[in-house]
Amino acid sequence: MSGHTAEEIKGEIRRYWLVGFALFLLTLVTVGVSYLHLSIGLAVFVALLIACLKGGLVAAVFMHLISERQAIYSLLLLTVLFFAIVMLGPIGGRLGSIGIEGG
Amino acid sequence: MQIPYTVHERPDTGLYNGKLGVWLFLASEVMLFGALFSSYVLLRTGDPGFMVVPHEIVEAIGGAAHGAHGEVRWPAELNVPIAFINTLVLIFSSVTIVMSWASLRLKDFGKFRLWMGITLLCAFAFLGLKGVEYAQKFDHHLYPDTANFLAIYFTLTGLHALHVIGGIVVNAYLWGPGAKMWRTEPERFTNRIEIAGLYWHFVDLVWIFLFPALYLL
Repeated sequence: MSGHTAEEIKGEIRRYWLVGFALFLLTLVTVGVSYLHLSIGLAVFVALLIACLKGGLVAAVFMHLISERQAIYSLLLLTVLFFAIVMLGPIGGRLGSIGIEGG
Repeated sequence: MQIPYTVHERPDTGLYNGKLGVWLFLASEVMLFGALFSSYVLLRTGDPGFMVVPHEIVEAIGGAAHGAHGEVRWPAELNVPIAFINTLVLIFSSVTIVMSWASLRLKDFGKFRLWMGITLLCAFAFLGLKGVEYAQKFDHHLYPDTANFLAIYFTLTGLHALHVIGGIVVNAYLWGPGAKMWRTEPERFTNRIEIAGLYWHFVDLVWIFLFPALYLL
């Protein structure tokens, strides 16, 4: 998983600060984009894209998912599956209600 | 009785037990916040008036920016600067907690104390700013039962704040009385800091999505 020699750990520390700085910049970008008066669809897409990028950096580097064990990946795969079902529920519900209104 | 696999990895999972346990807990947390986030999406997409501040509230609190159709949307009533600073505070605390873990791996207990102490200060700063934000809402008589948006806003941010408080309790214990384990079982203590860090990063991760979803869109 993580390096064990002092040099390897110091290399990891540099990476942590770099990622922290990237997250800081991406937060500035998120706020900056919100002042651009984009259409709501595009604004949601851009904001969630940046949030996913930031979340990916936190998960990959700070939570070490970039080099984790298979057991964790299997567990998270199941979590992602159920999370997708929960998030797709509203979309399915909306499509259903449109169908009822249309019918 | 000796608890097995607190330091060394189990042969079948390749993980020490505490780490697998914390990941299972985080998986359940994803579903908890996911369900609430899903409710927010459902309400927002299903009710055209969900994001619009009722006229009588606009008049009562006054001064908010008007949207394209002349209506005021809820994010205009939220305190974006405070939420922005809180985002930076949480990101910085994510760096400091991982630094505390790295310090232990470098056998530098003094640095661990420093970085974990800064993490705790960041957590208190987050809660303090959140308290200021809530106080502003209550001053304007904006409560969870005032509007559906505020119900979701207070539920999501309140639940997140409870997680911050939980993190403070655990991190304060590990910074204070729990740190004596470093003298007897340094590897086990280092593992404890790693899994406390995993939880704290998750708290940061949730806020990364809450900030744009509630305050900016």
